[in-house]
Amino acid sequence: METIHTLQQFMLHTKNIIYILIVLALAAMPAFWCFLTGRDEE
Amino acid sequence: MAEESSASTRRRLTPFNVIAGIIVIIGLYVTVRRFTSGLSSVTHLSNSYPWGLWIAFDLLVGVALAAGGYVTSAAVYIFGMKRYHAAVRPAILTGFLGYALVVLALNYDVGRPWRLPYPFVISRGTTSLLFEVAACVALYLTVLFVEFSPAAMEWLGLKKARNLVVKLTMALTILGVILSTLHQSSLGALFLIAPSKLHPLWYSPYIHVYFFVTSTIAGLSMVIFEGSLSHHYFKDKMDAEHLAAKTDLMLGFGKAAAWVLAGYFVIKVIGIAADNNWHYLATGYGAWYLVELLGFVALPAMTYAIGVREKNTTIIRWSAVWAVLGIVVNRFNVCLVAFNWYLPAEERYFPHWMEVAISVFVVTLGLLAFRFIVTRMPILYAHPDYETH
Amino acid sequence: MRISRRRFLGWMGAAGAAGALPRAARAASNKVFEGYAGSKAVLHDITRCIGCRKCEAACNSVNALPKPEKPFDDLSVLETKRRTTAEAYTVVNQFTPQAAEAKRVYVKKQCNHCLEPACASACFVKAFTKTPEGPVVYNPDVCVGCRYCMIACPFDIPAYEYHKALDPKVMKCTMCHPRLLEGKLPGCVEACPTEALVFGMRDDLIRVARDRIQSYPERYLDHIYGEHEMGGTSWLYVTGTAYAQVGMREDLGNTAAGQLTSGALSAVPMVVGLWPVLLTGIYAINKRKEKIAAQEQAAAVQAAVEKVQAEAAVKLKAAVEKAEKEKAAAIDREVKKALADAAKEKEDKSI
Repeated sequence: METIHTLQQFMLHTKNIIYILIVLALAAMPAFWCFLTGRDEE
Repeated sequence: MAEESSASTRRRLTPFNVIAGIIVIIGLYVTVRRFTSGLSSVTHLSNSYPWGLWIAFDLLVGVALAAGGYVTSAAVYIFGMKRYHAAVRPAILTGFLGYALVVLALNYDVGRPWRLPYPFVISRGTTSLLFEVAACVALYLTVLFVEFSPAAMEWLGLKKARNLVVKLTMALTILGVILSTLHQSSLGALFLIAPSKLHPLWYSPYIHVYFFVTSTIAGLSMVIFEGSLSHHYFKDKMDAEHLAAKTDLMLGFGKAAAWVLAGYFVIKVIGIAADNNWHYLATGYGAWYLVELLGFVALPAMTYAIGVREKNTTIIRWSAVWAVLGIVVNRFNVCLVAFNWYLPAEERYFPHWMEVAISVFVVTLGLLAFRFIVTRMPILYAHPDYETH
Repeated sequence: MRISRRRFLGWMGAAGAAGALPRAARAASNKVFEGYAGSKAVLHDITRCIGCRKCEAACNSVNALPKPEKPFDDLSVLETKRRTTAEAYTVVNQFTPQAAEAKRVYVKKQCNHCLEPACASACFVKAFTKTPEGPVVYNPDVCVGCRYCMIACPFDIPAYEYHKALDPKVMKCTMCHPRLLEGKLPGCVEACPTEALVFGMRDDLIRVARDRIQSYPERYLDHIYGEHEMGGTSWLYVTGTAYAQVGMREDLGNTAAGQLTSGALSAVPMVVGLWPVLLTGIYAINKRKEKIAAQEQAAAVQAAVEKVQAEAAVKLKAAVEKAEKEKAAAIDREVKKALADAAKEKEDKSI
């Protein structure tokens, strides 16, 4: 990865990662909710 | 045979259809001009005003007024207000059509509309708030489509698919609220980058919070407004549940709108204090700001409250119309009136009639689509073969 | 102290290793970004500009822009205030400040090539890039044409080809980036006959500007425009007339564009992480309330049923007892009657 010289580069780099994490979170949270409540009786 | 067809022609030539037809023809003419001679032939956009009516009305107002979908589905499915269940489908439908039309209108405004997927697939500019808006609007349009699809599937008789989608209701509702929170607020945050261009009274570090809060006011008011219009024009399509729920819904949503307006009023005043902008209130722009704050926030909060206390649905209905107008005023103020406020009058923007024509055209397409759907699909009534969800 | 452009450029090579001057943009966590070391800049000395429009002409030919209506040697153009357009990346404006001598002042306007460009921060397809050499360049191959860059730019620089139906581009000064890569000067700098424009390393130009201000305090105001404005720019200005009087805004602030939006952007992942927790929580609470209400209702119904049943049992028992008593009494009565009848018969027989 090239060195970060500017705030713009820093924000681009961090936001890129954050957006990927957001997508992962949106997929993982419902799955964990299902696991969490899987044995609840209706 | 001939008599029958002339009778059906007469039935189709209602004043509404004639006017809608004329608007659609004008809209198509302007569309051709836009895509053959460029924006300068149909708009008054300039290098000083790169965003005009199509952004202020079609995007900012359009998205705010389509907030009824997430507000209603959150109230019913998350906050457990099951008595408003009858309002969910019409609100989702209005939201879906609203967002679809926002995206349609954007195709006129941007230079190369076929590149609209570029931010996601070619070059991701993640530092931009517009990236956030674009991602959320694209995703939320999909969510609304899926949320709306059970009605279409019931109409088409796709029972299995319909029951599968209904199982996703909770997840879709929560995702819808997340996406709406994000892009409703980000539409305001778009202006955070231009503190030197927006009038200080409208520029605020809280502007994204203001946009989000006003979107819930817009959503609640639009459900009331659109509900009473549907009640007037499509009464024959409504079942007993919809007819019975109407007054209860207006009282409940009216009460919520009054309360949110009160909170919004408080944070707006705090915003003036936070930037020490009191002295601007004594200027011409300050007077206009006070018109917005007192006339379109405080006033509807009060009239909504009176309507709720008196159980007077007429007052509530007019409060909803006024609150919706207030949202329009606010978005126009931020995007057009307060933007480049220091420029001399001759350099300021005023929309070209063809810009207005496209905006009216887009709204008309929405009305036609709404009518087409509610007269065919189970929106204002529950389908007898299916359990409600 | 007048420095010829060539001599100055000669210095630049020698001064390459000069220490960096303090300039920095910060992220929220106090990380500091100092920009590209050794990036190039232009110093515009407003006091030296004579309004000849030679820079405009050079810009026009270097960038192959369309010929303007009035030729570049027609100075009547200066009578109206202009801004950059899709056909003119740079314009010279004439000002007549209210100062005593009322001497005319000329100011060149073009992209200031911010260290932290607002256009780059605003662009959702990364069409703008701050190059290590200094220029901020635009890539038309990804541009969608949303014009958010034009909203964002505090200097009102990017212009748009509104007359093009299907392939409009955003147009702005490139600081002649292609020429810089070839080792040439920007077109406007090369054409300037008065050295009102000087090209060099940004750090060195700031020193040159300071030197001029210190050497001629009566000629210059003590403010290098662009040193800090909007986080600093690669186009620097010195002036003898207040910037506000020559069409340059002094109220832009020193905050880099990216910092203005970082707060709102940082809220995005928080909403994504916490809204599901909050909303599912509210949902679960409501569901539990409903469940408890349903259980309570069922229990109440059960209790009511039991009570009714118990009452019914008591009633039944009482009824049975009563019936039995009545039965016993009836038998008793019948027995007595039979005995009486038998006694009477006996009496009748004995008579």
